[in-house]
Amino acid sequence: MSRRTRITVLVPAIGVLFALLLWGFAGIPDFGHYRGPYGFVLNHVATPERHVTNVVNATTYDYRGFDTMGEEFILFAAVTGVVLLLRGSGGPRRTVDDDVRSDIIRAVGALAPAVAVLVGLWIVAFGFVTPGGGFQGGVAVASGALLLFVAAGYRAWSPLGNEKLLDPLEGLGAGGYVIVGLAALVSGLPFLTNLFGPGIAGTLRSGGSAALLNWAAAIEVAAANVILTTEFIEQYIAPMVRRRG
Amino acid sequence: MSYLPYAVAAWICVVGLYGIVTSRNLIHLAVCLTVTQSSTYVLLLSVGYVHGGGPPIFKGVKLGTTSVDPVVQALSLTDIVVSVTVLALILALALDVHRQAGTVDPDEIAAMHG
Repeated sequence: MSRRTRITVLVPAIGVLFALLLWGFAGIPDFGHYRGPYGFVLNHVATPERHVTNVVNATTYDYRGFDTMGEEFILFAAVTGVVLLLRGSGGPRRTVDDDVRSDIIRAVGALAPAVAVLVGLWIVAFGFVTPGGGFQGGVAVASGALLLFVAAGYRAWSPLGNEKLLDPLEGLGAGGYVIVGLAALVSGLPFLTNLFGPGIAGTLRSGGSAALLNWAAAIEVAAANVILTTEFIEQYIAPMVRRRG
Repeated sequence: MSYLPYAVAAWICVVGLYGIVTSRNLIHLAVCLTVTQSSTYVLLLSVGYVHGGGPPIFKGVKLGTTSVDPVVQALSLTDIVVSVTVLALILALALDVHRQAGTVDPDEIAAMHG
């Protein structure tokens, strides 16, 4: 199909789709007039019932924990795909001389990753108390690894981008989630039932076994994102190595 | 004005679709796909918004305070993270296409295979 025919076919189709979407949205309650009931029910029952103050995280890892397991495996499959396509295609691992020579960047480079990792861990740990959780914190931790590459260079970063370390960690995150689910089955309860009691609301001891799911997701997301950046950084570095012989 | 956020979601969706179909570069195409996908976040979060509602977090807030829907937030936050990894997969495929075909223009790739 030529480019022009494609656009001629596309524009009316998109116009119809846009009109259909607007027509459909006109039938749902006005913005700001959410009718529920699920959101209202969860907002009322989550804190008394599960002793957690962050209802979003309670939804993610407790009420909809099974759905999150599926999401985790989409993530796992996508990362596996990237690894299958890219790993090893950059040639043997060698090092490049890209050491950062600016003192100020080196100082920031030493500090920023530590801060990012610390903030990430904090976001994960307090996931059931204040805004945060495994997904958000995991990404923040992974950004620490990327900051190390950006500010300190390939050589400083390269021990981190080690698949022998990252692959088992990612497996631990994905597998750990399922194991927590299976632990409930073994003790005679439905899959992913929250074990060991609800804990104390508003403290780090809240969430019960959903707190373990939170940490499993954090490990999975952090490892997955570091693996992704590793694979792309290797692709970026490979031609530089070749050019210099 | 009360439908404006929904209209924005619909607009983001079709703009992304237009970009996907008319794209001349696979990387641009992948970005357009994420634009389309982002329309679902705008829609979900607008559906769950309650006028005057606070965040669905009750640390130091009295239980029963009007809050927005936590379910749509949970859906959006997991999907944002998952969509990044899927984007990485698409970019890896684009890299592979570039290696095999020497171009990232979808039209040229189609032309090569007749």
